[in-house]
Amino acid sequence: MVAQTVAFGIIATAMVGAAIGVVRSNSVVRAALYLIVVLAGAAAQFILLAAEFVGWVQVLIYIGAVAVLFLFGIMLTRAPMEGEPQDNDQRWPAFVVSVFVLGVLVALLVDAFGAQEIDLVAPTTTAEIGDSIFRNFVVPFEVVSMLLLGALVGAIALARRD
Amino acid sequence: MELNLFLMLAAFLFCTGIYGVLARRNGVLVLMSVELMLVAVNINLVAFAAFTGAIAGQVFALFVITIAAAEVGVGLALVLLVYRNLRSPDLDNLDSLKG
Repeated sequence: MVAQTVAFGIIATAMVGAAIGVVRSNSVVRAALYLIVVLAGAAAQFILLAAEFVGWVQVLIYIGAVAVLFLFGIMLTRAPMEGEPQDNDQRWPAFVVSVFVLGVLVALLVDAFGAQEIDLVAPTTTAEIGDSIFRNFVVPFEVVSMLLLGALVGAIALARRD
Repeated sequence: MELNLFLMLAAFLFCTGIYGVLARRNGVLVLMSVELMLVAVNINLVAFAAFTGAIAGQVFALFVITIAAAEVGVGLALVLLVYRNLRSPDLDNLDSLKG
């Protein structure tokens, strides 16, 4: 248990630093690389929570596909590599709003869950997740597949040069 | 492990995402901040799945990942369209509806 908490601390520190990098970096490419660190850290946290299938799906889809998509987006919009600030003029209101939301959330969480512990039993197997999807969540699964099709067609229709 | 550790981490990531969405100019960076918020939600879902022992949390995390992928595809197509029409990916230039 102690080892897991230490591992959590190391990964969480890296994620916090990288998340700040995503919203502070003036270079768009560097922000994308920081985002990859956050996503990989989230995958590591999932594995720490014994949800290995979700962890590897996170690696495959987010780091494998979404990050590459972001790099393509950066390339196609010719984002500046360095120099000029990427923030608009509402930085301080945004900071106040996010700190306020963070304060409210932390107060609520401490109040609601106190020091409750997660006791991990056995890691979740992929078979159990597949069972659950196709036993209890068939309709959402089909709806998501239609949504993906719609997003695919929509993205092509939007980005097509005609 | 304490449940709250994971929930606090997720809350921090979510608030960083809020800051990014509000304060960033470049459309691609705004989308990245939205991704931060979605990752925070996934951490919450998986943490609660481990906490309650119910597997539905992990299934929902998978659904969220799928929808995030669709959202990035459409979002980047929109940013590309903004760039093509305005010669810049900055969202501050989208002020046609401003009074």
